[in-house]
Amino acid sequence: MKIGLVLKELHRSENDLAHELLQVSDRHKVDHEIYHVARDLAQWSQRHVKEIAAIAERYGEKLDPEPEGESHLAERLIDKGSELMGRAKTPGLLMLRDLRELYMKASGVSVDWEMLAQAAQGIKHTDLLEVCQRCHPDTLRQMRWANGKLKEASTQAIVS
Amino acid sequence: MGRVDRIADVWGTRTPYGQGETWPTRVDTHLEEGLGPEDVDRWVQTASIMHSNGDALDIAVKDDRIVGVRGRAVDRVNHGRLGPKDLFGWQANASPDRLTRPLVRKNGELVETSWEEAMDAVVGRTKELLEEQGPSAVGFYTTGQLFLEEYYTLGLIAHGGIGTNHVDGNTRLCTATAAAALKESFASDGQPGSYTDIDHADVIALYGHNMAETQVVLWTRILDRLAGPNPPAIICVDPRPTPVAQHATVHLAPRPGTNVALMNGLLHEIVANDWVDHDYVEAHAVGFEELAKRVKDYPPERVAQICDVPEADLREAARLIGTADRLMSTVLQGFYQSHQATAASVQVNNIHIVRGMLGRPGCGLLQMNGQPTAENTREAGADGDLAGFRNWSNDAHVEDLARVWNVDPMDIPHYSPPTHAMQMMRYVEEGSIRMLWVQATNPVVSMPELNRMRSILSQERLFLVVQDIFLSETAQLADVVLPAATWGEKTGTFTNADRTVHLSEKAVDPPGEARPDLDIFIDFAHRLGLKDKDGAPLVKWSTPEEAFEAWKECSRGRPCDYSGMSYEKLRGGSGIQWPCTDEAPDGTERLYADGKFFADPQYCESYGRDLITGAPLEPDEYKAMNPSGKAVIKFAEYLPPHELPSEDFPLQLITGRTVYHFHTRTKTGRAPQLQAAAPDVWVEVSATDAELLGLEEGDLTEISTPRGSVRARARVSGIREGVVFLPFHYGYWDVGGHEPDGEGRAANELTITDWDPASKQPIFKTAACRVTKVGAGGGTASPAPTTTASAPLAGDVPPTRGGAGADVDEELATAGGAR
Repeated sequence: MKIGLVLKELHRSENDLAHELLQVSDRHKVDHEIYHVARDLAQWSQRHVKEIAAIAERYGEKLDPEPEGESHLAERLIDKGSELMGRAKTPGLLMLRDLRELYMKASGVSVDWEMLAQAAQGIKHTDLLEVCQRCHPDTLRQMRWANGKLKEASTQAIVS
Repeated sequence: MGRVDRIADVWGTRTPYGQGETWPTRVDTHLEEGLGPEDVDRWVQTASIMHSNGDALDIAVKDDRIVGVRGRAVDRVNHGRLGPKDLFGWQANASPDRLTRPLVRKNGELVETSWEEAMDAVVGRTKELLEEQGPSAVGFYTTGQLFLEEYYTLGLIAHGGIGTNHVDGNTRLCTATAAAALKESFASDGQPGSYTDIDHADVIALYGHNMAETQVVLWTRILDRLAGPNPPAIICVDPRPTPVAQHATVHLAPRPGTNVALMNGLLHEIVANDWVDHDYVEAHAVGFEELAKRVKDYPPERVAQICDVPEADLREAARLIGTADRLMSTVLQGFYQSHQATAASVQVNNIHIVRGMLGRPGCGLLQMNGQPTAENTREAGADGDLAGFRNWSNDAHVEDLARVWNVDPMDIPHYSPPTHAMQMMRYVEEGSIRMLWVQATNPVVSMPELNRMRSILSQERLFLVVQDIFLSETAQLADVVLPAATWGEKTGTFTNADRTVHLSEKAVDPPGEARPDLDIFIDFAHRLGLKDKDGAPLVKWSTPEEAFEAWKECSRGRPCDYSGMSYEKLRGGSGIQWPCTDEAPDGTERLYADGKFFADPQYCESYGRDLITGAPLEPDEYKAMNPSGKAVIKFAEYLPPHELPSEDFPLQLITGRTVYHFHTRTKTGRAPQLQAAAPDVWVEVSATDAELLGLEEGDLTEISTPRGSVRARARVSGIREGVVFLPFHYGYWDVGGHEPDGEGRAANELTITDWDPASKQPIFKTAACRVTKVGAGGGTASPAPTTTASAPLAGDVPPTRGGAGADVDEELATAGGAR
């Protein structure tokens, strides 16, 4: 059975997604909706990390329940950069690139949840299935958010 | 007839009445000193433009001057009553510092010029930018204070003519969440209830709605019910000791930013005790099972802790709401301008859906407006919507609008929702919006984080046009200032929060060369050479009545259907509620009778958004969720606010409006009685916090957040502990400029740039702050009024009085009241 492996991979990619959301948040501090919402959404992935770690033991994997943090020094440097860049025109394109990356990462996580849910149904592990049912909708919302922001921001960033 | 000081007695004399009876009339009149009704040359019909209540009144004219006002007894909204702003605010029209000629910036200075030169500058710059960059370079930031005809014309010019997606109103700061919450639950804007529901309700819940100060006359209606037989129970949700709270059966004062937890707690109790109308829910709604499952996470003991309210009060409020026969609810800025605004407001809608309390007398649900014509920006598509509540993501709706306007559907931008005001400011900041045309609003006082706002709007590379009646703080930064006419000087219609449309007639000429906003827009369209697809002028009307007729066609068949109205029908009588059609020629009192909604996927205005992320639903997602157009029950989990108290900033700041002032005090600050009643900014602190901080009444304090600081005298009031309040009306025009010279005064120096992702409404009510004492009051009281939520807890503070100049005649009906 390879459920442990999938959980380990999902643990890694949720941590990665949370980190990316925080990074994007910091890079776009002057785009306030991105800044605040990305931070809120990072917490969802951090919660998922805990849930994955909690259930992974049953499948023989020891995973860290604490989500990876962020470097505070690096954060502050990025903040400053973000403020300075706020008056330039290029951040629009940078933001599109960041949102695209978020969308791709969230899509990857979503597919992982789907695979895991399929497996959980197959072997009738309702606890695992419940974790999937609790977490996967959050991932879909993260995806739709990145996609929605992309749609909203593309025109102005590209045509102006 | 009695004479009452209506600065001291804000709501006037009681006329008690019982449940189901007609509210008696009371006609309020205030005329210039020394004049009586017999001296008036003519009375001109209008309604109030100082708040969203829609009080109908007549303007008294003598020698072609406005000399006073009188409430309209026949009106369905106010039955003759007026509030202090209605009674005294009109005097601002005649202020000596009105703008009377256009101004243009030359060598850094604003200098008087001709309309010809001013419009040439505006049109010339528009043409240049359209050539260089296209419509993405041009933005319009309008207001909640123009008339329907003007918004409709503006929306046509901006969306259908220039083709820009950047059109929004300052309604974004006041009622964007009302619209968003209604779109989430009913897939269309439009308040379900009617003001007459106050006459029938047995429980009235006011959520973050200080009705006593924001809609004085509506609150008077409740006071009269409370003074009569079978009074309703009142539920108040507000951290301040407002007059509403003082009359409440249950007052919940939650910690700022926790409204969603509170609402989920109330819904938890309603579901757990099965106070649910299952037949109604089964027949008319989707999403109940999910809600029932998710509110299990919000038992009263947990919610009481998050919100810091007594658990027993929470349970009692839920019991009253859950067992009411006729439940009325209203929502305003305490929810709209706070954290998770839309999610919290949607939960109020949910209560009405799960209890089946819609479309019947007394079962009113009103997502209120803050400004008098906010509803019209929404209807006419001047605030981030398309005209006639059309759905920007439904191609058939865009095609239909293109047919009405006789333009190509591709000429109407619909690739994403129209840009909201906060995003427009961001585009100005980064330089991709290069021309911004601001009308009748004052963003450098009313938007969040004023330092940022001033630096955005004073950029060299921005071409800023301001159309207003005074040289506001924002106008002082403009490249071109266009002098506008205002209420009483132009004709048009506007609609209040219960969909009542009033006609406002011109009473006198505007001063100097000032022009009606409608004329300015039409002049702009013609000079720019905007054409429809057959080469005819895009704007085909030149008078307000012609614009209204055009709007009627645009609204035909849509939820906000005006097709059965006319100026003639509105003239003389009372207001009329939309929809008003051939089938409903007298208008429609309540929406959604018999559980019929505007929510069909092909008809609805909006497919909704995710309440937390704000992501719009795709058409297919909506169709799958709600194929037969039912009401939509949506849940959202509580998230902590984005700025929480810390060691440096241990308190929470909320800001808000008060009874004597309106919208950056442009007019009310120029009405002597209103200005004298609340002459300067103050800060309200609780007794506990005052003791900790060593503060007494009148002490000078500095209030700081990470964004700036403001100085104000302290009022120790009954506000909940941990929270301080600043009134948000005070800016700098009357202390000589557009920005602080040293000490700040405007509350929005302090507020955070953050908004609700679903409604895009900025959050003015959760900033973390600190208060420090700067100096002793030395016997000087704070300038806060004693008559309302800012009343002092103790001490010998002189009471707020208006004196002789504030006397108002009240004529009470002798028996019953005429409708």
